Amino acid sequence: MKEISLAHGGGGEEMNELVSFIFKLFDNEILNQANDSALLENLGSNLAISTDNFTLSPLFLNEEVNIGKLCVCGSVNDVLMVGAKPLYLSLGLIIEEGLEFAKLEQILKSIKKECDKAGVKVVCGDTKVVPKGKGDLLYINTTCLGEVLCKKETKNIKEGLSLLLSGDIGRHGGAVLVQRNELEADIKSDCKSLTGEVLALLEAKIRVVCMRDATRGGLSAVLNEWARQSGFDILVYEEKIAIQDEVMGICELFGYEAYELANEGTFVLCVEKEDEQKALEILRKFNPNANIIGEVLKEKKARVILQNAFGAKRFLEAPKGELLPRIC
Amino acid sequence: MNFIDEFRDKNTILAFNELIKKELKAPINIMEICGGHTHSIMKYALPSILPKGINFVHGPGCPVCVMPRKRIDMAIKLAAMPNTIFCTLGDLLRVPGSKFSLLELRAKGCDVRALYSPLEVLKIAEQNQDKNIIFFAIGFETTTPMTALLLEKVINLGLENVFFHINHITVPAPIHAIMNDENVKIDAFLGPSHVSVITGWGIYEDIARLYKTPIAVSGFEPVDIMQSVLNIVRQKNEGKFEVFNQYQRAVSKEGNLKAQELVKCYFDECDFEFRGLGEIKKSGLRLKDEFARYNAELKFDCEVESKNESKACICGQILRGVAKPYDCKVFGKACTPKTPIGSCMVSGEGACAAYYKYSKVNE
Repeated sequence: MKEISLAHGGGGEEMNELVSFIFKLFDNEILNQANDSALLENLGSNLAISTDNFTLSPLFLNEEVNIGKLCVCGSVNDVLMVGAKPLYLSLGLIIEEGLEFAKLEQILKSIKKECDKAGVKVVCGDTKVVPKGKGDLLYINTTCLGEVLCKKETKNIKEGLSLLLSGDIGRHGGAVLVQRNELEADIKSDCKSLTGEVLALLEAKIRVVCMRDATRGGLSAVLNEWARQSGFDILVYEEKIAIQDEVMGICELFGYEAYELANEGTFVLCVEKEDEQKALEILRKFNPNANIIGEVLKEKKARVILQNAFGAKRFLEAPKGELLPRIC
Repeated sequence: MNFIDEFRDKNTILAFNELIKKELKAPINIMEICGGHTHSIMKYALPSILPKGINFVHGPGCPVCVMPRKRIDMAIKLAAMPNTIFCTLGDLLRVPGSKFSLLELRAKGCDVRALYSPLEVLKIAEQNQDKNIIFFAIGFETTTPMTALLLEKVINLGLENVFFHINHITVPAPIHAIMNDENVKIDAFLGPSHVSVITGWGIYEDIARLYKTPIAVSGFEPVDIMQSVLNIVRQKNEGKFEVFNQYQRAVSKEGNLKAQELVKCYFDECDFEFRGLGEIKKSGLRLKDEFARYNAELKFDCEVESKNESKACICGQILRGVAKPYDCKVFGKACTPKTPIGSCMVSGEGACAAYYKYSKVNE
């Protein structure tokens, strides 16, 4: 009998398989849109809802980033990605026996701080405590509810659109690797809520077709998912994708690709070609590493093609399996 | 990034390419011995800019790919023992055994761990003194000194719960085996620089002379590979067959003598069965008899009945350089990285995985 493996949580093809397995059972038109948030259009006003579970080992990546900040940013960003303004958050805590109150308090304070920044209120919640050894210290579930300002859906991807990236990639995954392997490297997670950027784009009436935050599976997973959903080929330029030197160093050390490392405050967006410069100007106010990285091609083979600096092209495959360090 | 950017520099790569195009007179089959080179070549899509006459052929230098299924089954049997923490490197965990892989075994609840450095075993052993820690050692000359160092530390620290299953192999022996196969048409080799950091480039002098094949000991960055290819083209044009040390930044003729001494101290040569190539004399290493108490093969029952390799899979021919991944009927169909039939599709350094992942984009 086939079992769940860690690869099913990696953000790659196996995770898609798991999600499809679940979707199949609950099959409905809202779920099947497979946007970052579900768009609920029959409840008076336009609502978007998204739920997320969070695990992080270690719970604290540095003084600024811990599972608390992460659980707010993750859900808030998912709501933003469909063009909605995040408003309310539910908070579910599964706490393992033995977690210190001081640590829990620090995490809750991070949640509060991030909610205030994003203009979101925690309006309901739940706690459960599980015996020692059964819960990796703390699991958090957040559900975010937001009001749709200008609906953005990935089903609208079409040829000729420009692809932009809001910052450099791989820093969250890199920061986790540094902590887990007790390495010395100056990599700070990019974890942040994207409220400022997204609302600024919407207010400036940029014709954003769709957006997605590049979390598990990284940039590579997002682009491959878009190529698969739309059927169009996607071309990206390696030179245009910013990667911090230290992140590149970690990738060299372990044999990973930065395109597959997780981000928690970086998103990809598809905009109308004529609006790309204007969109870039706005994004660069928030992160100088934002860039126009590619385009949607007219060929319909659902491939992601990476063109390197010297003009050679190769596929950028969707991540598969769990990331394992190379053998030599 | 210092020490990386200059070896991925666009202008240098294009300048080398121009020279190669200008100087190439006849097609050359270049075997990249190491899977790391195969991946670099495909990742940077070098065949798409190089002239058609440069034909890269994958060699037997991926330690995971050349591991026979029996050794994988042994690993699975050891890892499934109660009270055991099984440790190994990288993507050996993904390779299918006769029934399942180590990753699938882990999903069933066994403690299987992928390490970055063999020395992580020390911490695991100290923290789990009531358990047997088995280190499944794998790799060519690059990783062997680390296993030797680990054993030395285990002995010095008096750790009694660490055992070794040794699967270390050497580069020159399979190269001789390949060149003695009359079906193989190899004109030159790219030698892996990381192996030569340990062994020195001198290990290839005999091979270059005996088979009249130029060898470039090359780094893994695109500039390294392009410079090595240009040297091979020039050697062919001049009728030379020498060892070119492209990776002068870290490789000497003699290599790392301290690491070599360490290996000699703990290991003897032995014959080893390579997947696809059969048993090759003096191609492997075994623990010396005086360290038998650390030998997992002696300490535990490792006997296994293994299924034969799938008949549809032509990994053996690919590893000997007589076929390319595209020549395999199951490539990209029944055999993909998610549903691998042969380990060449599993390993991060496997030829099939590299071809599947990166190529065919220009077709």
